[in-house]
This record gives sequence, C-alpha cells and structure tokens, in this order.
Amino acid sequence: MAARTLFDKIWDDHVVERLEDETCILYIDRHLLHEVTSPQAFEGLRMTGRRLRHPEATVAVVDHNVPTTDRSQPIEEPQSRLQVETLERNVREFGVPYFPLQSPQQGIVHVVGPEQGISLPGMTIVCGDSHTSTHGAMGSLAFGIGTSEVEHVMATQTLLQKPAKNMRVTVEGQVGPGVTAKDIMLAIIGRIGTAGGTGHVIEFAGSAIRALDMAGRMTICNMSIEAGARAGLVAPDDTTFDYVRGRPFAPKDDAFELACAYWRTLTTDADAVFDTEVFLRAEDIVPNVTWGTSPEDVLPIDGVIPDPESCDDPAQAAAWRRMLDYMGLKVGEKIAGTKVDVVFIGSCTNSRIEDLRSAADIARGRKVAEGVRALIVPGSGLVKAQAEAEGLDRVFLDAGFEWREAGCSMCLGMNPDRLTAGQRCASTSNRNFEGRQGPGGRTHLCSPAMAAAAAVTGCLTDVRVFSGVAEAL
Amino acid sequence: MQKFTTLTAVAAPMPNENIDTDQIIPARFLKTIQRTGLGKFAFAAQRYDADGQERPDFVLNREPYRHAEILVTYDNFGCGSSREHAPWALLDFGVRCVIAPSFADIFYNNCFKNGILPIQLPREICDALMSDATMGANARLTVDLERQVVVRPDGEEIPFVVDPFRRHMLIEGLDDIALTLRHEGDISAYESERAKEKPWMPKIVLGSGS
Ligand code: SF4
Repeated sequence: MAARTLFDKIWDDHVVERLEDETCILYIDRHLLHEVTSPQAFEGLRMTGRRLRHPEATVAVVDHNVPTTDRSQPIEEPQSRLQVETLERNVREFGVPYFPLQSPQQGIVHVVGPEQGISLPGMTIVCGDSHTSTHGAMGSLAFGIGTSEVEHVMATQTLLQKPAKNMRVTVEGQVGPGVTAKDIMLAIIGRIGTAGGTGHVIEFAGSAIRALDMAGRMTICNMSIEAGARAGLVAPDDTTFDYVRGRPFAPKDDAFELACAYWRTLTTDADAVFDTEVFLRAEDIVPNVTWGTSPEDVLPIDGVIPDPESCDDPAQAAAWRRMLDYMGLKVGEKIAGTKVDVVFIGSCTNSRIEDLRSAADIARGRKVAEGVRALIVPGSGLVKAQAEAEGLDRVFLDAGFEWREAGCSMCLGMNPDRLTAGQRCASTSNRNFEGRQGPGGRTHLCSPAMAAAAAVTGCLTDVRVFSGVAEAL
Repeated sequence: MQKFTTLTAVAAPMPNENIDTDQIIPARFLKTIQRTGLGKFAFAAQRYDADGQERPDFVLNREPYRHAEILVTYDNFGCGSSREHAPWALLDFGVRCVIAPSFADIFYNNCFKNGILPIQLPREICDALMSDATMGANARLTVDLERQVVVRPDGEEIPFVVDPFRRHMLIEGLDDIALTLRHEGDISAYESERAKEKPWMPKIVLGSGS
C-alpha cells in the first residue's frame, strides 16, 4: 500500500462508501452537541420524523450561553434560558447523554470531551462548533460542522465529505522559558496566515510538539481553525495514552490494551508526502501577542506596531489602517506597555488545569493592577475543583482576580461576560475579531502566563520579565 | 431546500478580505432556536449604530443594494465560527450567491446546505465584478448554475467551476440526508464490521462513566 499520512489512515478507516467525484460517506464515531448550534437540527429531525441513530455516540453540554456566576438560580436572560431549556427538552426526547449546568462535569464542550475520555485517538469526532479541531490533539480527526450537518450526523451517523489536503507543520527544538503552546501556535498562524491552512488538515509534528503535554497539544489543535485548516492532528503517543488511561468513558483493562495496540498504528508513514510543509525553529519563538483584529496579526511581545505604509498590497494596507483605528493603537509604538482594562483567562484554548497553574505562577503574591478587571473562567467544573484542591483559587482571589464557574464566557460574550466599547482585553481565547468579546471591545490574544502578567502590571508585558529572562520596561 | 438554477440580481460590493462569521452575524443574535428571522441582524455591527439606527454609509443600507441577492467580496469570506446562522442570516436578507477569490471551508459547505451558491473566482476577476457591483442601479449580474457562468452587465460571460455533486444537489434542491439514507444498508454493514474490528469502542451511557 502507498505510504499514508495519519490523516489518510483515519480517513480510510471511516469511509463507508465512495460516491461520485471523491465525495465519501464518512462514519462519525462521536458527536458532541451544545445549546447554540443544535436546536434547529433537532427540529429538523422532528419535522421529518427521523430518529437519532446513535444516542450512545452522542453527548450534549451547555456552555456558550451559561452564566459563570451563581448556578442556583434560573438563567436570567430569557433567550439564553430558552436555548438551554430547548436543549434539555431535546436530550430528554431523543435520549442523549447530557451534562447539565449543575453537574460537576459541566464545562466547555472541547474541554469536557477529552477530560471524560469521550474523545479518543483514531476517532472521527464532530460538533457544531469550529473549535472541534481541539480534539485532534488526541490523534483523532475532529472538525466543526454546520447545523445542517449536525442534523445529518444525528440521522445517519455519517457525513458527506471530500478528503482534505495534507499539511505538516514541524516545530523542531526547544522553546525558551516563558514560551508556551499558545506562543507556538500564534507564531504558526502569524507565519501561514488565517487562510494558510484552507482545505487542509494540519498534522503538527517535530520535537517541540512531542514535548508538549496534552493541554498544550489541545491549545495548538484548537487554533488550527484560526489558520484556516479544517482540523489539526497530533499523532498519539505515550503522552496521549497516559492521559486517556482511567478517564471515565475510556476503554478499561483489556479493552484499553486492545485499543492502544490499534492507536499505536496511527502515525504518518516515513515516506508519506504532504501537499504542504512548513518548518519552524522553536528557538525563534518568543511570547507573542496579537495587535489587530485577525489572529494572523501576531507580534513578538518586544515588537512595535506595524506601519501600513510598509505593506505592498494596498488592500492589506487599508485593512491594517482600519484595524489600527479599531484597536486604538499607534504605528511605531511598542506593543509592550499598552494599557489593558480587562484580562480574561479561559476558553477552550486555555482553560485547563495546566493553563491555570501557569497563570497562578505569575499571580502568586502579586496584585491585579488598579483599574483592571481580571477574570478566571475554568474550562469545566472538574478543572475548577482540581484548581481549588491545589489552592489556586486562593492565589487568584488574594491577587484580586474573579474566580468563576465554567463556560465560554468572555470568549464570545453570549452570556453577560462582555467587553464594553473601547475596552482593551488581554485574552487567552482564540479570536480577536471586531466585537467578538463584546461590541467595540479590543482583544489581544496571548498565553495564560502573559495574560496574568498583563493583569498584575496593568499593561501588555513580557512575562519573561518576572523570571529575569527579559528586561523590565 | 430552495433550488438554485439561475439568478439575475443586484450585486453588492464588499471589498474586504477575511469577512468573518462574527461580522456576518454577531454572537448575541445566535440565541434563536429557529433558522429564519436573522436577516435584519446580518452585518449588524456595520449596519446599525449604537442606537440601532441604520448607518447610511454601509453598502446594504443604500439603494439598490438593500435588495442585493449577490455579494462580491474578497479572500477568506466566512472565516471563523462554524455558525450556520451566517448563511441563514444572508439567506433571510435575500442573498443567494456570494462571489469571492476564496472561502473558509465550513462556511462554504454551509452555503450549499441552504441553497446559497458560493462561487470561487480568481482575484482579478473578482476585481472586475467588484467594479460592476459599484454601478448602482446597473450593478446586476446573472448567475447561471446550469451553464456555470456569471454574466456581467456588458454581456461578458465568466465561467466558474463547482463540484458536480454539489451542483446537482443545488439544481434539484435535494436533501442530503435523504440521499445518504439510501445507503442505509452500507452504513449498517460498516457498523457491524466496526463492532468486530473495534470491540473496545465505548458506548456513552451516563452512569456507566465515573
Ligand atoms: S470557548 Fe469560545 S471558542 Fe471555545 S467553544 Fe466556547 S465560544 Fe467557542
């Protein structure tokens, strides 16, 4: 057989039938649902009298709309409440396993899936949410779909899909102190652009990727969609298997060993050919932050705001001018030192226990700067409980951070956690689009440690200052 | 799904790259549990000021573009979130066709499921169509999916490519689920094979976990 990539192997293993012009019926192992992109799909099933083919391959959570404060009261906002209640009615009617708002396992769908062992290596995993790419860190083919496709999976447990192109991003070497998975991924997006991965599935490879823990791999795969890719993948290895072992819904004992033997075959063949290859040296990557309103507008924290006049393409120059205006930034100024109003540590990109530990390391014994509002929103109830067991909640509360319940929160501001017009935020989320965190809000994407550094200094700051690796301003 | 065969309509120019789905329909409007009614919120941030009044300078607030059924735009249209609310909002506004040099994958897919035709054409051709789209009352294009051409106001025909399967589904207004269910036998056969090959594959039943 011809040499195949990891993507090719997972794909081939899930093809039910090849139709005309490369379109395949692709089998889906796991279908994750949340309250925002599922109501119309359930409605579609009901209208056509179709059944949900495999409730036991489906899981639902509430995350996008939910308040991150007191959960003992009903949701105040009537439309958010209706969406949550609609999901609850649907899961009852169709028999879908569901983690309700009050359950300790509730959280962001992309945190809950891996944490519960619902997302496993070699699977095809879909969800009506673009950041489904996160689960690719498990070595699974995981991608976001629209609501019509959600309905298609519900009714058939399959999707009509064409194979993607193969791209490999290799990061070799060892990153310096203070440089995290988030910085690696921002560097990759800065390099290839937000459309760089369009039509591709990206496999992340190289020693710097292998060295990452699962949380870091999830951060990387999560933002594959920001590079335009359909999905991101990291080949499963011992780090993966150690993570999976013992998770509530993972196979146990002999079944685990059997599964693991199969998972070990899931690597790209040595002579497989990729349509596109990109190489980065880990040593070149520094803590990064975005300055514009697209995730590709990345700057090293020691960089200066770029000049639109330096753009060759007039359309690009116009786009930069508009961004600078929206972001309220001046050409030629250092990005470090830019004052922030809000700090948001959370989202499916960076809300796992490892992320909170790294933020706590900076927050410990310091105080949130005067006039800054800083929120910590754990990715799931279990992450929150773990952090509390480690005393991280005390670290944050003593420093003046808000310690909240799990959910999407200020990543997209569908619940009351929103920026107001003109507010500037250092955020560990994945999108800095205009108005993403609230109409008129200004977002700077960065790592949890960098966000914590911004909280305690009141401005975008090189986190390496605290370890003496970089010089203070 | 509504069929798409040919369309002659006003084309609105949106000469920006990376128009993301948060711009097409901001998150605060995703709380609906229906597919319809989102048209009035399409491009809300650009279309309305803080008091909810229309901004006269936004293209879709001007005649004849209020009635645009075609959008001409630049690279990476529809990037960002997978929300199908984006094509629903466009459709509810009246848009049936978007022309751009490139589209984000999920958005591109979502269009076909809703009877919207996304057409990918090289940047130079989009530039020419962009200037057609600025001709106000004369900014009318014809999109003929059967012949796979866009007809410019001066009569010039520009061929485009779309994959035959999707073209067929759109022209006939077919539902993919019904089509896939015709392969029910193959799906069941795959499932029994999978049960043999991957006996470890867990079923998710609450109470069986932790
Ligand atoms: S945290 Fe943000 S990006 Fe992730 S699923 Fe929620 S809204 Fe989407």
